[in-house]
Amino acid sequence: MNIHEFQAKEILRKYGVPLLQGGVARSPEEAAAVAARLGGTVVVKAQIHAGGRGKAGGVKVVASPEKAAEFARGLLGKPLVTHQTGPDGRVVRQVLVESGCDIARELYLGVVVDRATGKVGIIASPDGGVEIEEVAAKTPERIFHETIDPTVGFAAYQGRRLAFRLGLPKELVNKAVGFFAAVTRAFHECDASMVEINPLVVTKGGELIALDAKVSLDDNALFRHADLREYRDVHEEDPRETEAAKYDLSYIALSGNIGCMVNGAGLAMATMDIVKHAGGEPANFLDVGGGADQKKVAEAFRILLSDASVRAIFINVFGGILRCDVFAEGVVAAAKEVGLSVPLVVRMEGTNVERGKEILKSSGLAIEAAGDMAEGARLAVAAAARGAGASR
Amino acid sequence: MSILVDKSTRVIVQGLTGATGHFHAKACREYGTQVVGGVTPGKGGTVFEGFPIFDTVEQAVAETGADCSLIFVPPPFAADAIMEAADAGLALAICITEGVPTLDMVRCMQFLKGRSTRLVGPNCPGVITPGQAKIGIMPGYIHRPGSVGVVSRSGTLTYEAVHQLTQLGIGQSTCVGIGGDPIIGTGFIDVLRLFQDDPGTDGIILIGEIGGSAEEEAAKFIEQHVTKPVTVFIAGQTAPKGKRMGHAGAIIAGGAGTAADKMKAFAAAGARVVKSAAELGRTMAAALGR
Repeated sequence: MNIHEFQAKEILRKYGVPLLQGGVARSPEEAAAVAARLGGTVVVKAQIHAGGRGKAGGVKVVASPEKAAEFARGLLGKPLVTHQTGPDGRVVRQVLVESGCDIARELYLGVVVDRATGKVGIIASPDGGVEIEEVAAKTPERIFHETIDPTVGFAAYQGRRLAFRLGLPKELVNKAVGFFAAVTRAFHECDASMVEINPLVVTKGGELIALDAKVSLDDNALFRHADLREYRDVHEEDPRETEAAKYDLSYIALSGNIGCMVNGAGLAMATMDIVKHAGGEPANFLDVGGGADQKKVAEAFRILLSDASVRAIFINVFGGILRCDVFAEGVVAAAKEVGLSVPLVVRMEGTNVERGKEILKSSGLAIEAAGDMAEGARLAVAAAARGAGASR
Repeated sequence: MSILVDKSTRVIVQGLTGATGHFHAKACREYGTQVVGGVTPGKGGTVFEGFPIFDTVEQAVAETGADCSLIFVPPPFAADAIMEAADAGLALAICITEGVPTLDMVRCMQFLKGRSTRLVGPNCPGVITPGQAKIGIMPGYIHRPGSVGVVSRSGTLTYEAVHQLTQLGIGQSTCVGIGGDPIIGTGFIDVLRLFQDDPGTDGIILIGEIGGSAEEEAAKFIEQHVTKPVTVFIAGQTAPKGKRMGHAGAIIAGGAGTAADKMKAFAAAGARVVKSAAELGRTMAAALGR
């Protein structure tokens, strides 16, 4: 689960990570009030779940509460488009107003779970303020790693080593060790999957400050963090993905016109791939999981059909635990229930497949049956091409 | 021949009395697997559907001589269940549970270091040696004894590959679902090494996915150590660019985790890489000259 910058900073503040003073505002008036309370020059930052806000015009340094209100008015309630949001952007519902500071240096700090070692790793670079992927591609020697021992946790010597590699003056080394330790503790105690401080700034006054903060939390661990669950912002999610999640369906919207319904994530991805190889474009990724009954299939149909660009639906199911006959009955009942309005291609394989095919055939519905994945993809692409000519 | 499991493997099921554990314990037994008991704390001493139930794994091992555990314990307690299996000295623990917190697995993997237990999973379909033992949730009847080894990060996509092989009359030595989570016990390389050393395996199908760098490392291993023909499919070739956190994780390993990168790595290592999952069976057959 991703959370907003102001929420990430709320968490980090609890763990003693040094931050600027600030407050969140949901109206221009609130923005002015926070700016007045802070006094002097402030920074107003749009709060959306995407990076690249600065370059997109979502962040501004302003000199007065009036200017803060004016900039906030221009952002609030409107979509902000960054290179990470897609062309529609994300609507800004709140801004973070923070004090300004005099920046001497910008560093990068990230804490992530490293699949390769199976441990938590720290990444740091003296080149902050730019995307770390860019640094990794151009100057990988300017990225430093530390792996955290799961038994003893983050060790001070690792912090010192990082601090010296980052070229921090010796007066700042102990401050840096404390900073890294606090961020690492927050990561572990919150079950984060990523914490990124970019930039971590060194001020002219010799302070280390987390100027920006991004935190992702492990969905699988949210059951033990009631407080962190509150940070979920449904406005930042695709409404169809949210709806799908209610029925335990895993759905991701894409830009094509062939709706896909599959059991299992790997097979679902392979189905998208084969649709593309057959010359089509998948409209989505949809994993119905192991127990796809009529109710679930009907919901899946509704979600697929709520996407106006869908011109055909391709169901690809390998029934193991999920029996084909049971699934076929669910498909037929659900298609009748929702009044299926686009061509349906079904490829089924597995337990009781013959009975399943019989059920589809005798249903009276215009369902095209495919013998294997490749044929199913070809039929779906052809059906979508026909459907694209007609209107729904 | 086979790897990891065979007809002599004696299995206990942790979480046997739950709905999922119960269903699959019975299915495994019906397939012919020696399921010798179950573990559910507080229900020790009872018999459930013909399975003797024990309070602890230690007891179960002492009473039944089990050497493998199949784990269906719910996510909050799954890592603990794996550690209990390891503490009891089982040779193999297969964890099916989906949704285990990642940091639980970080601690669990550290616990397993220096112990003799091999973990498969979590979030995997399990391991099957056709005709001998099915220890997992895969549909047994699609398999057939033979000489192709299958290793995969995915569930249903593995069944797809197995089905294609069986339709072509090609059986499998052992099929291993290693699981799709970021942190797993047994990886591609572990299984590739076992298949390479197994005289009963003549060819290998490897099914990977986007994300991480496990496939790139497996490709390197194939190039250096695997002499048997390998057929590879990577799911997610058309998936939209991954979330940023995926990239940040991959940076440490120095890979971007895209399907294109992984396919290139396998092709360079001499593996036959198929673009479509529908080609897996036929390509393997051709590689074996059948």
